[in-house]
Parts: sequence; C-alpha cells; structure tokens
Amino acid sequence: MQLDSLYQEVILDHYKHPQHKGLNPTFDAQVSHVNASCGDEITLNIKLENDVIESLTWDGQGCSISQASVSMMTDLLIGKTLHQASVIVKSFSELMASKGTSTGDALILEDAIAFSGVSKFPGRIKCSLLGWMAFKDVSIQAQSQ
Amino acid sequence: MSFSAAAIRKDFPIFGRTVRDGKRLVYLDSGATSQKPLSAIEAESDFYKFHNAAAHRGVYQLAEEATDAYEGGRAIVADFLMAPGGADEIIFTKNATESLNLLAYAMGNAPAGNRFALKTGDRIVVSEMEHHANLIPWQQLAVRTGAELAWFGVTQDGRLDLSAIDQIISAQTKVVALTHQSNVLGTINPLAHIVARAHEVGAVVILDACQSVPHMAIDIGALDVDFLVFSGHKTLGPTGIGVLWGRLKLLDELPPFLFGGSMIESVTMTYATWAPVPQKFEAGVPNMAQAVGLGAALNYLTKLGMENVFAHELSLTGYLLEKMMSIPNIRLIGPTDMNSRGGTVSFTVNDIHPHDLGQFLDSQGIAVRTGHHCAWPLAQRMNVPASTRASLYLYNDEYDCDALVNGIMEAQKYFGAL
Ligand SMILES: Cc1ncc(COP(=O)(O)O)c(C=O)c1O
Repeated sequence: MQLDSLYQEVILDHYKHPQHKGLNPTFDAQVSHVNASCGDEITLNIKLENDVIESLTWDGQGCSISQASVSMMTDLLIGKTLHQASVIVKSFSELMASKGTSTGDALILEDAIAFSGVSKFPGRIKCSLLGWMAFKDVSIQAQSQ
Repeated sequence: MSFSAAAIRKDFPIFGRTVRDGKRLVYLDSGATSQKPLSAIEAESDFYKFHNAAAHRGVYQLAEEATDAYEGGRAIVADFLMAPGGADEIIFTKNATESLNLLAYAMGNAPAGNRFALKTGDRIVVSEMEHHANLIPWQQLAVRTGAELAWFGVTQDGRLDLSAIDQIISAQTKVVALTHQSNVLGTINPLAHIVARAHEVGAVVILDACQSVPHMAIDIGALDVDFLVFSGHKTLGPTGIGVLWGRLKLLDELPPFLFGGSMIESVTMTYATWAPVPQKFEAGVPNMAQAVGLGAALNYLTKLGMENVFAHELSLTGYLLEKMMSIPNIRLIGPTDMNSRGGTVSFTVNDIHPHDLGQFLDSQGIAVRTGHHCAWPLAQRMNVPASTRASLYLYNDEYDCDALVNGIMEAQKYFGAL
C-alpha cells in the first residue's frame, strides 16, 4: 500500500520516541516556526561551539511527519559543523522536491531517507520541512551573533 | 418525491470517477467547497459558448444577452434568499471573504456623520467561533478606526455563551458580525435574541451564512438581519462568485469600497458620483459566467426543495453522530446532540494527529478536512490545535458515513499504540 511508503517504521518510531525534544535552557539562538495551514508548530534552539553544533533541541506539536522529521534532523545534525549541516539540509530539501523520483543519498541523510516517500504526497512536504526550515533560520541567527 | 442521494449523485459528474486506485469517492468536505451538478457546470460553460460579452456595456445582441444572463443570476439569488427588497439588494463579489471585506472596508470609508462611521468608543461584536473571514476584517477595522472588538465566548459543548449578551452588545455597539452555522462545530446559532438586542442598541447585524445558505431554507425577512454573505462555491455553484445581501436602505447609505468602471453615475477629473445599488458595489466587469452558474446551482437546489435537503442532512448527521460516538477514544468537538446543529462534525481520535488520520482516510478514498479549519481562536478555545472535520451535503448517504466510521477504526489499528 502506498501509505506505507509515507509512514515508514522509522518515522513512526521517531514520532513515538522523539529525540532531543525538550528545550535546552542555554542556547545561542531560538526560533519558532508554524505551518499556518495546519497549525503545526516547532520551537528550535541551537548552541554552537565554534563552528560545531553542540546542542540542537526542540519542542512542538504536530503530525507524525513534522515531529519525526525534526527529531531525526536533530539526531543527524548534532556534532556536525555548520558547513556539514548545510550539505545535509540541501540534500534533504532536494529529496523533498523530487516528487518521488529520488530515494535519497543514504550516506548524507542516513535514516532520513525514510522521508523519500513523503515527496510523493504534495500535501505533506511542508510538514516534513517545518523543522528544517526552522534550522536554516536558527543557524543564520546564531552565526550573526 | 422522495429524496435520494444516490439519484442526486448521478447529477454530479465528479461522482463518476474513482480515487486512490479505484475507490469510490467519499466526499466529506463540502464545508470547504461543494461538488457541482452538471446543470451548473453547463450553465457556466454555455455562457462562454453562446452569450459571452461584457455585461452592462454594449448595445449589441450578445451584450444584451450577457446582461440578461448576469442579472438573471441576481434575480435567482434574490428569490432563493427571499430578499425583501428584491434583486437590487444582491451584490455579487468573488466569495464570502470579499463580501465581508467589502463591508468592513466600506464602513472604514464612511465619513463622520454617516451611520457606519466608527470611532474610538464604538464597539464591534463577533464571536469566538468565527471563521477567519468573519474575524480578521473586523479585528483590523477596529485597529484602523479605534473601535473596540468584543466577542461572545464559546461554551465547552460548542454553543455561543450568551450569558452576558446585554454587556457584550453594549449601547456603544455598532456592528454585530456572527456566523449562522459554525464551520467547525456544526452549531446553528440562535439569532432571534441576538438580533433583537443588536437592534435595540442600533447596531447592524451581519450574518456569515456560508454554512447555512447551502443547507437550509433561508427567509431573510424572517431572520431580520441587516447584511448576509455566502459563497457560491459552497452552494453547488462555481468558484469566483460570492454574494452580499443588504437592506436596500443600508446599502444606499454605505459608501463604496472598490472604485472604477460600472460603479459610477458621473465622473470628472476631480469628482465622481456613484451609481445606484447594486452597481455602486460592483466595480469592473463582473464574474458573469459564474453568476449564471450560481443561478443554475440555486435552481437545482430549489427544485429539490431546501426543506428536503436540510431534512436529509439532519437525519444523516444523526446517523453519523450516533455511529461516531460508539468509536472508542473519539472526542467530538461541538454539540453531540441534534439540537440546533447541522451536518458538520469535527473530532479527534486518540492521539492520532488529524493530518495523519486524514492521510489514512484518503488512502480509503475518503476526503475530509484537517487542521484548524480557518478558525484558529476556536481551536485554541476548544483546546485542540487541530481536528478532523467531516461535512455532509445532499449527495452523501449512509454508505459515506459508514465508510468514515470504518476508516477511523482502521486508522486506530494502523497507527497502533500512538
Ligand atoms: C463560516 C465561513 N465563513 C466564511 C468562509 C469563507 O468563504 P470563502 O473562502 O469562500 O470566501 C467560510 C469558508 O470556509 C466559512 O466556512
């Protein structure tokens, strides 16, 4: 069933057991993003050590796709340099824009290739990008400080 | 004639198709937009095929036909609403949102001394269950004029809290803008009391009838409101056509909102006067084919009889509510009894996010709305960031209700322990 390509096991796992959820009280920058069409919201904060993402924590509410996506993103990006992170974000954005034609680069995206199925559901792409857009925003803000 | 949803579906070409690999289309999102009968689709396309020209502008045959067709649409709307002042009271807009903005901007244009002019100390009253389209125009008008925005709260069971009506509709109140039927809760609001109080203090009552005109017989005179708006596309008609009805006397006093061609009486380089109502409010070449399509859609409804349409929806809603209440871990947002409610049912299921539930239902061919339904403050009030909404219409039947109920229970299994 096509639905199973959307709701991969690993996505439901992250939804049920979100990683790095709960905001770190110390941070360099913090942003809140909402998906105005559905009300999903995510607050994300970041703490840098030189160029390395030392902490990336979040809180929020929303559908399994938006919540699992931000959970998996934090898993992926913590410990990376901002440059490495931008490569991962770019790869994920391209996967989301692929309309189901790409399976994703597992070397870069690791578990997040599970979201490849989402790109076939135009109504859900925004959900999966919510946390990633917040990351773009928060990383720019942290750097400008 | 007995009412048969199955026979009605045959009049709607879209029900001839299937969705998601051959499944029957279970369309439960008429609250967002309705499907269209062939007669309305053809009326719209026939206008383009045979009568197209700019209404109100030419002296040639086609222009006459276009004008007649467009004005014919207006007359049908007037009859459908039983407008006491006839077709001149019907103003075509692009949708209900524009109708409400027209009112709010026109009031904002009112010079001091005009009965619609608002100033600091005046009050605009809305409710916590308004669609954004009937909240934000008033909220922003209040900001622009210095008037105060006040509102009726909503009770836990999804009814208007009218316990402080005399304080909320204060002597300073100039405008009361209210929904007839909630697009989320299904609640049909008790108007008589509110209208009486508003008129007692000299306020005008604006009724957002988006969710009532498509479903029940409307007698504007009996409702005694001062303005009423609805959207053609929720009423079996085309998109791009909406209606504003107003009492003729009030429309005369209300300044125009959009300026340009068709709405003037005379013009110099420095000065202009306005055409009589309704032209005063219809600047530019109007949505002619859509007005014609709406006329055909309303004729379709009239032929069936709005009493029959409403009775069908009420009985179906009762059926659906009863079935839904037997689903474990479901929470209905809105009245759970059939007292003063229509065929819109919003709910949450376990902790399954409405987007996920909606996606699962879609895989079964079931179309529902998910999210805050353009009523964010109401979602906050009811403590549900998002919900799933099924809205029924004349072409739905028990099969559709059963499909929804089964779909919800399948989704509970699919998302397992969530
Ligand atoms: C109660 C209510 N008011 C206003 C609107 C706005 O209608 P439209 O988007 O057609 O302008 C809607 C449509 O969703 C509605 O349900």
